[in-house]
Parts: sequence; structure tokens; C-alpha cells
Amino acid sequence: MLAPVTHILALTTIVRERLLPVPGTVTAKPNQRVTANDMVAEAHWAREHVLIDVARTLGISNAAADKLIRCKVGDELAVNTLVATGRGLLPHEVRAPREGRVAAAGGGQVLLEVGDVNIQLRAGIPGVVTQVSAARGVTIQAAGSLIQGVWGNGRMEVGVMVNLMDKPDAVLEAGRLDMSLRGSVILGGCCRETAVLQAAAELPVRGLILSSLHPGLLTTALQMRYPIVVIDGLGLLPMNPLAFKLLTTSAKREVSVNAEAFNRYSGARPEVIIPLPVSQEPPLPNDMETFAPGQRVRLRAAPHRGAVATLENLRPGLSSLPNGLRAPCADVRTEAGEVLIIPLSNMEVVG
Amino acid sequence: MPTSLIEGDSLLAVDIGATTTRAVLFDVVEGAYRFVALGQSPSTVEAPFGDLGIGVCDAIEHIQTVTGRTFLGGDRRLIIPVQADGSGVDALVATVSAGPSIRTAVVGLLTDVSLESARRLAETTYTRVVETLDLNDRRRAEQQIDDLLRARPDMVILAGGTDGGATRSVQKMLEVVGLACYLMPPEKRPVILFAGNQSLTEDVEKLLKELTPALHFSPNIRPSLDTEDLDPATRELADLITVARRSQLGGLEELEAWTKGHILPTSYAMGRMVRFLSQMTGSSGGVLGVDIGASATTIAAGFQSNLNLHTYPQFGLGEELANLLHTIELEDVMRWLSLDIPQATVRDYIYQKALYPSILPATLEDQAIAQALGRQNLYMAMQAARRDFPTDAPGLLPYLPPFFELIVASGGILADAPSLGQSLLLLLDTIQPTGMTHFMLDRNNLLPILGVAAEQNSLLSTQVLFSGAFQELGTVISVVGEAGYGTPILRVRLTTENKNETRLEVKSGGLEMLPLESGQTAKLSLQPLHHADVGAGAGRARTLTVNGGALGVVFDARGRPLAFAPDAVRRRELMKKWLWTLGG
Repeated sequence: MLAPVTHILALTTIVRERLLPVPGTVTAKPNQRVTANDMVAEAHWAREHVLIDVARTLGISNAAADKLIRCKVGDELAVNTLVATGRGLLPHEVRAPREGRVAAAGGGQVLLEVGDVNIQLRAGIPGVVTQVSAARGVTIQAAGSLIQGVWGNGRMEVGVMVNLMDKPDAVLEAGRLDMSLRGSVILGGCCRETAVLQAAAELPVRGLILSSLHPGLLTTALQMRYPIVVIDGLGLLPMNPLAFKLLTTSAKREVSVNAEAFNRYSGARPEVIIPLPVSQEPPLPNDMETFAPGQRVRLRAAPHRGAVATLENLRPGLSSLPNGLRAPCADVRTEAGEVLIIPLSNMEVVG
Repeated sequence: MPTSLIEGDSLLAVDIGATTTRAVLFDVVEGAYRFVALGQSPSTVEAPFGDLGIGVCDAIEHIQTVTGRTFLGGDRRLIIPVQADGSGVDALVATVSAGPSIRTAVVGLLTDVSLESARRLAETTYTRVVETLDLNDRRRAEQQIDDLLRARPDMVILAGGTDGGATRSVQKMLEVVGLACYLMPPEKRPVILFAGNQSLTEDVEKLLKELTPALHFSPNIRPSLDTEDLDPATRELADLITVARRSQLGGLEELEAWTKGHILPTSYAMGRMVRFLSQMTGSSGGVLGVDIGASATTIAAGFQSNLNLHTYPQFGLGEELANLLHTIELEDVMRWLSLDIPQATVRDYIYQKALYPSILPATLEDQAIAQALGRQNLYMAMQAARRDFPTDAPGLLPYLPPFFELIVASGGILADAPSLGQSLLLLLDTIQPTGMTHFMLDRNNLLPILGVAAEQNSLLSTQVLFSGAFQELGTVISVVGEAGYGTPILRVRLTTENKNETRLEVKSGGLEMLPLESGQTAKLSLQPLHHADVGAGAGRARTLTVNGGALGVVFDARGRPLAFAPDAVRRRELMKKWLWTLGG
């Protein structure tokens, strides 16, 4: 059976696309080495539009208005630029109400793009540009540790990671966020209070890596201007031992916190990348797996939610669960040595 | 023997859901079409696979294992038609409910007329209305354009103007939609359905054809102010949804080629069969189909030949659960729990299920929570759908659902329930029918599959429908009265075909069951007491012929609408008692 995969890898090759939301200009070149903060592409995007109804203003037909319109698509107009002049002894004038670019003209109307916004796309991870997609963005390749999460608040930042976790089920308290942590990426545990998120914003920090987040804090977390990556789930969950070990042993390293929202269709996931120097390219992670004995798996549902175990045996047919449900299952051995029967749909391969 | 060579063909059908892809084989067995085998596989619509074809082939391979027959070639391509060596299949059809909901902008002229009809049309399939425009809109044209751009619709439904009526106002709306489409990158432009004033079709074509990947037309959904006709547009919309899905679902175009275009949205295909069933029953009571899936909850109500179809992605038991607590309180879910479970556990389950829609409830607690969520979502879907049920549909009281003679239900939460009693109780608690209703459980999600198969082979759909492929749950008599709790409100006499007679007194607030096996019929005499009503009028007796089922004949005197005991302990005790009555 096909298996979902979460990557928690000490050393791997990471290939990531960075694409503009609208067509723009790619500034990076193929084979260019970039840092996480380097801009790789930019685009201009009109925040809003202004419709100038020339025909209506001059009280004439659309066709007649079209003949009087003096601008064409692509023209940049300053505020008060003459757009059209009517006929007669005392002709009415139609002027641009705001500075903008003509997006469309015809049917007696002119549509202006106004409120230009400059979108700058940063590399997000230090690496090499392996591919340039014209007007859209780049593909960057890097080597390092990769820890994927389950929830992110849509922000991205780079910084030195400071560890505040002494055990996998540590709870992050607001009082622990003092001025010495300003500008750092904080490796915290479970966050269950708004005060923690607010204290982190006030410092400010460059990112929060959490084992879990109380669902009641989701709205606040989305409003924070620094990235928040949740590794294991929403609620009160310890960090899985693989991620805990990898992250805590990487303290004081520069990390890239990409808190991209989980998108099950595009495959985008929040993730923490720890760039590492390598002499040769490490292997790419396996994105597609089928369940097989020997795999490390993370359990996704009660009563062992969040635990990491080893898949020992795939059971034939359907197995009965204590509540009477029947499903394809596997025997897994937890780190404590306990053997459990777990439905395949309640586990994911970690690797 | 099959009536024709074409109708003697074997048929494979696949249903691609958000979490599971099912393949079903139908073939002629002893002169009639039968459901032969089912294969299942996890759906592969999502990353990293991003190709629904992988799941389809895996499900077909499962069928190969079960039947020992060969349908896929060495290159995992479907063998069509059947070859001389017996491999392959004659036809393939598909239904699809997987994929994100289709972001839809709805445009009409009058808020309560064409816009409302367009909204109802959008609700027939997997859409989420992200923007609406009508004549009452106070925004300037450029604001409407900007809001449309920000809404990023995948689809626009344009309605408005009665046939031969307003044109200028509709054209104004068209301009706004056209300009917004013009400003979008070509690959992000929405597909468009025009279902308004038919005299404008040429103008629409001229203005919008180059600005959209697909422009479809249907007859006016509001041909006159007091007439609404959604049927032709619903069919057109079903086709357009598949077009819109092409850019969302990898592998869909190849599946379209395999099926020769016989792909329908699952909810539409289900609705088609509910309409057929309601035509078959021909009585005044309607037929209700409910499906509680991961991608949506669907309510299809057939009243004679009229179909009332509602698809609610927001009430799906998958990723949309993350938004559930934005619209309701946690207590609304907790009230359905039969076990004492802390709020935090329930909340955590909701978010975990939203993250991983395919997880199964492996503990008694998780199962209770999953069923509570199923109850709450079906309850909300029924409440929403009821607003559009025809006002002239016969029923007991205006605030109660109309009579349904037959209810067919599907969805993992029902089909996978450890007992049939749990499935029936979930349906009774949420639909709260009145009068006499026969319940069937569609464990293998066959109803939509038969709906799409009917396009290829109508005989197959009819024969399979009545071949016992559905689980008969039983017949429920819902009695409604004003008498106090514990007061006898119904005397029952059940006489089986072999003249065995059973008598029962049903008390207000109670739930009772009399066994009557599947395939058996019996004469049921009902004598209401204290002006209670069993669907014939207050205090009026009825004698009926009822069909049996796994749970026999059930008498539901718990009241309508169902009242919850204010004390949580008492409420949970009652739920356990009711479940116990239905076999645990």
C-alpha cells in the first residue's frame, strides 16, 4: 500500500522551487550561488484598478469615445494626464484621477492599474540555482538537514537557532523569551498561551519552531510577522524523538524556517532546513514509498499519536481494532519495545 | 439473457474520493447484471503523487486479485474492450469527488431571483462561493473587478435576465467579469457557465470566449420571474466541473480518454439515481440520498421527478473540518457524544482529522468523536438543504422534514461503523424523519456509480439497484406527539407472512425495535394514542405493509425535533440506551 512520507533527515539534497505569484523578472542566473536572503526574482503587481468611463463622462457613444481616447494599453499615466477631450466650443476633458498604467482601453472606457506593489522573492535557503523558469522563478538546490512540519503561518526567515527545549514534551513559557533571544530562531516545545506568541513578536524573534500548538492560538499565530513551524500537530503533543534529536543537536546553527502553509495538492509543507557543508551531493529524499517492514513510521492517531515506531510486519487482509472497526493493519514496535497493531491509514513513513 | 449485445457488456466503474479510490466490476451473472467485485486503494490526487491514475490502477489491480481476471496490460493501461483471451473490460465510467472545492463567483441581476437561483445551482456540486455580484451591489465597477481578482475564482456562474427580458443590466455584469478575466494571467482564468437571458448568448460568446479556458451555455435557470429550472444547467455544470478539475487533478485527462468522457461529479451522479428512485416509488413520499464523505456532505432529495441536490464541501469530514469551529461551538459536537470525553480531546481530534483526512478512529473515544462529527455535519447539511425543499412536499409539520419513503445513505462513517445500529441511529438523530421510512445503507458507494453507469447502460443500473447490492437496514416508524415522557403513544401489531403476530406499546421518548428479516414483508397496524401522529394525521390509525431489514422495524418516539437532555450524564445514558435497543 502507498505510504505518505514525512521527511526528517539529517543530511539530504534539498531541491526547492521559488516562484512568483504573478509573472515578473527573474534576477538570479543559472548556477548562481545564493544566500537565503538573496532576491532571486521580482514582480510588480497592481493593488487595485480605476475604471475611467470616457463615453459616459462626455455623454457620447462608446465608439465615438474610443476615437477620442489618447492613451493605449501599457502607457504610464501621471495623475491628471489627459485621457480624452470632448468636441465643441467648450470641450470637456477626461483626466487620469491617479497615477497608473493603462491595462485596457476600449468600449468607451479606460482601465488603469494603480497602487503598484513590488514583490521581491527571496531564495529562502542557501544553495545553487539549478534552473530558471522565465518570468516565474528559480529552482534552488542545497544540502543539509530537513525537518518537515504539519502547520505553518505562511512566513519565511533565516536565523541562528537557539534551543529552549530540554525534553520532547517541554512547554514553551513566555517568561523564557528574554532580550538575549532577540533576532534568533527559537526551538520551543508546545505552545499553549497567546502570551508566548506575543512575547516572541515583541522581541522580535526570527522564527518559532514548535512541537505543537494549541488550536485556539491558530488565528493569532497567523497574524504573527515571524515564521512559526509546528512539527508534530495541533494540541498538546511532544516533539517526535527523531526531530527532537536532530534539532536540539543543531542548536546555534543558522536555519531556514519556511513556514509555508501545508498544501496537500501542491505538496508544499512547512519545513526547517539546516544547511550543511558537504564534499559530495547527498541522496535526494524519497517522496514516494510503499509500506514495508523495517521502516520508521510516525503514528498519526490516538492512542499513540505522535509516537515513532518501527514497522515490523504487514498483516494480511483486514484486522479488527478494539472498537470493532476492521482495516488493513501492521504490527509496529515502539521505542519502548511495545508491539502495537496500527491501521496503515494511521501512520506515515519517516525518512 | 441480456437484451442486447451492448447491454451484455461488462463495465468497470471507478469512484475517486478524497481519501479512497474504489473500482467496481459489474457483469452479467445468470442473465442479469450484478455487482461482482470491489477493489479499493488510497486516492493519489494529492502530493507527492498528484496523479489520480495511480490510485485508479491500484484499485483495479485489487479487483484483479479478487476476481482473478485481467483488466490492466503490462504498461498498467486499461484493456478495452474485452479481448479474445477474456482479459479487459468493455467500458469504464468514473465519478470524482476528490479535489479542492471549486472557488466560484456567482453573478445575477436580482438578489432574490437570479442570484439566488445561481447560488442554488452552485450548491449542486463541489463549489465554494467566493464572490457574488448583482444589481444591488453598491461597489463601483472597478471595486467589483478588484474583488473578483482577489477572490481568484476557478469558475463563474452567470445568470440574470428572464428570457426576452433585461439585456443592458446583464451586459454591465458581463463587462465586469470580462475585464476581471482579461486582467488575470491566462492560466488562472476561470471557466464560465452562462445560464441567463438566452437572447444574450451571442454577446456572451463574443465578449468572453477568448477570456476563458471554457465557456459553456445552458438554458436560462430563471426563464421567468416565477419559474426556476435548474436541471439543464445542473447537467452542464457537471460537465464544466470536470473541465475545471483538469488543471487541479493530474491524470484526469487520461481518465477522460479511458472513459470516453463518461465522468461525472459524484454528487451529480448520486442525484441522478435519487431522482430515478423517486420516479420509481411514484408515491407522495420523497426519496432522500445522503452521503457523508471526506470531501463533502451531499443531500439529494427526490420528490416525484423533481430533484433537490445540495453538495456541501464545508460539511465534509476531511480537510474542511479545520474550519468547522469557525462556524459552530465545540459544544455543538459534544452534545452528540455517547462517551464522557474532555473538550480538548475532541478539539485535537478535529484538527488532526483535518490534517490527515484518511485516519481511522482506532479507539472507542475517537470513534465516538468521529460519529459525533458525522452527526453534526449531516445535521447542519440537512438544515441547510431543507430551506430549498419544495414547500408543497407532503409532511407532518412545516418545521419538520417532509415525508421520505426511502432514505439511502453512504459514506465511510456509516459504512465502516462497527454495527448497523450505530449507522441507523446516526441517520435517525440527524435527519429526524417523520411517518414511515425505509432505510438502506450503500456500503460500497454504488449509488453514484450506478448514476454514471446509467449513461452507458441503463439496464445495468436498474438491475443492480434491485439486486440486493444495498444493505437493507429496515423500516422506521417515527411517531410525533405532545404526550409527556413515558406516556404510551402508540400501539403496534406486526403480522408476518406466516401469521406470527407481535404486539408492542411504544412510549413517548422511547425507541423500540421488532425483528423482521431482510426480504420479508409484514402487515403493520398502528394505533396512535393521545393524538400522536404516525404520518396519517393526529390520532389516526394506519395499516401498512412494511419491508424488513437487518434491524427489522424500528419505532422512534423520541420526539421531533429531537430534544437533548440538558444534563450531559443523562444525555449520554439515553444515547447508550438507544444504541443498545438497536443492537449496540
